[in-house]
Amino acid sequence: MAMDAGEIERLIREGIPDCEVRIEDLRGDGDHYAAYVTSASFEGKTRIEQHKMVFEALQGKMDEELHALAIQTSLPK
Amino acid sequence: MENVIFDRIKKDISENDVVLYMKGNAAFPQCGFSSLAVQVLSQLGVQFKDINVLEEAEMRQGIKDFTDWPTIPQLYVKGEFVGGSDIIREMYEAGELQQLLADKGVQAA
Repeated sequence: MAMDAGEIERLIREGIPDCEVRIEDLRGDGDHYAAYVTSASFEGKTRIEQHKMVFEALQGKMDEELHALAIQTSLPK
Repeated sequence: MENVIFDRIKKDISENDVVLYMKGNAAFPQCGFSSLAVQVLSQLGVQFKDINVLEEAEMRQGIKDFTDWPTIPQLYVKGEFVGGSDIIREMYEAGELQQLLADKGVQAA
C-alpha cells in the first residue's frame, strides 16, 4: 500500500516543525519518493541522527508501508 | 529468539571489517537501494561480507531492531553502523566513506 506525497510531507512537517521539505515522486508510481528535508534542528547531529528524526516523524511507516523513500537531509544555508 | 540473532550479528560485524546487510547478495542484489550500496563498495574495491536478509525473516527484522534503523541495506564498518543507502551514497560522493575506511584501516583497492 503506497503513501502519497502529501501524506509524507505532512508527517515530516509535523514531526520536524521548523523544517522545509520537498517530496519528489521519482518514478510516478506512488511508491518511490525522495524527501529533501532542511532544518536548523539538524545542527550538530550526525547524518544517522538526522535521518532517524525523519524516520520518527514518519511514525514507523518507514519500514514496509513506505518501501522506497530516499532521504536527503541538510542544514539551512 | 532475538538474542540468537543479535549474537550472530555481533559475531558477523566483529569478525568482518565490512558487512553489508542487504536484499539479495553482492552478485545479485534484489533491490535498487541494496544494489547501490554494492556498487559503491565495488567502486572502492572494498572486500565485504554480504548478508542476504531475504533468506531469513528473523535476520531481516533482527538487524533492524539491533541497529534501530528501519530499512535495508545496512552497512557496518569495523563493528560500527555507517548508514543505509542514502548515507552510503552521500558519504561516497563527499569522499567521506573513503576517509572513514582509511581511518579504520580497511584496505581499499
